[in-house]
Amino acid sequence: MSDDDHDDHDGSHFSDMELRVRALESLLVDKRLVNPETLDRLIDTFENQLGPRNGARVVARAWVDPAYRQRLREDASAAIAELGYTGMQGEHMVVVENSAQVHNVVVCTLCSCYPWPVLGLPPVWYKSNAYRARVVIDPRSVLSEFGVQLADDVEVRVWDSTSEVRYLVLPERPAGSENLDEEQLAALVTRDSMIGTAKL
Amino acid sequence: MNGVHDMGGMHGFGPIERELDEPVFHHRWEARTFALRQACGALGKWNIDMSRHANERMAPAEYLRATYYERWFAGLQTLLVENGVLTCSELESSESAGAAPAGLVAFSPERVEKAVRAGRNYRVDVSVAAGFAVGARVLARNINPTGATRLPRYVRGKVGIVDRDHGVFIFPDANAAGQGHKPQHLYSVRFSAHELWGQSARRDCVYLDLWEDYLERV
Repeated sequence: MSDDDHDDHDGSHFSDMELRVRALESLLVDKRLVNPETLDRLIDTFENQLGPRNGARVVARAWVDPAYRQRLREDASAAIAELGYTGMQGEHMVVVENSAQVHNVVVCTLCSCYPWPVLGLPPVWYKSNAYRARVVIDPRSVLSEFGVQLADDVEVRVWDSTSEVRYLVLPERPAGSENLDEEQLAALVTRDSMIGTAKL
Repeated sequence: MNGVHDMGGMHGFGPIERELDEPVFHHRWEARTFALRQACGALGKWNIDMSRHANERMAPAEYLRATYYERWFAGLQTLLVENGVLTCSELESSESAGAAPAGLVAFSPERVEKAVRAGRNYRVDVSVAAGFAVGARVLARNINPTGATRLPRYVRGKVGIVDRDHGVFIFPDANAAGQGHKPQHLYSVRFSAHELWGQSARRDCVYLDLWEDYLERV
């Protein structure tokens, strides 16, 4: 195990989270309820295989292919599946499109629901008390903290992910990107722009 | 339940702290906790709604203070004991006190990739008449269930417009209580900021996914 497991600060308000988690894992493994290799594979999947590069490809495809964008509107899960992104916490997808008139931003006020197949696991800030509490009541102050300023006549739509439906924001294509190919466009798309806390 | 987890609209949490290029897991114990939740969930002793509700039932002051994976770890302990996978004394001592309950099969490594790619279908393939049409004005009911619910307090008693019918889904309040799926229509409902918060001349709004049982005709 790496040295950072023995930090003074193990990122916890409770003592010895490392020891407690290891103890529970050992107990469950001893009782043959959990296979440690399964844990390794799950961790590898979410650390290395799923992430916002997936969603970026969906966005870039929508920018270059109007028929694909229309399929995203009609059945986002199926359209996203065309690119190979399916599964856990992304079974029921809806894509919400930003425009000059509308800015979308996604939250889960009750916990941390987030579209894993296209964005991976959420950042700490998305799961924070501050974001969950404030973005529904004062989205513009939240967006301002993230560096996004919107005119008064822009409609902000906050999507509270209360069900198993998962939301992906389709950001506006940035000006000056007309000559870029799909791969170059995907490289421009940030995770935050697909949550709605950034514009490109 | 009217827990502190239901925090939409609360004040006082301060600025949103952000870390650039943060790792997926900040500590190995976080990664193990994440994976343990998935692996234990695959034992089949609880469903996702029970799982979320276990996190919600953390003592309020502890929940607010806890980091995200601390909440997951606390919830996991609750689920394991309440569903008879471990006894309380086994959890406290970290030592096995006997054979595991019969019929529990560990989630095998070979199944991981397929399970992650497949997910789970929360739609229910039954025909249920929709109570509300797109465009209908609906009232989010003032209900205060003591068990699990996905109806946040900030929307109860407020009037919105049905924007979309997602179809028939598992109803989490019933599912979390072990009462089966109680399949019903799930709607995306739009509420104006003015309606929710009593102010705002702007056109801002909040969309929530709300089940038929949460809604009344206006």
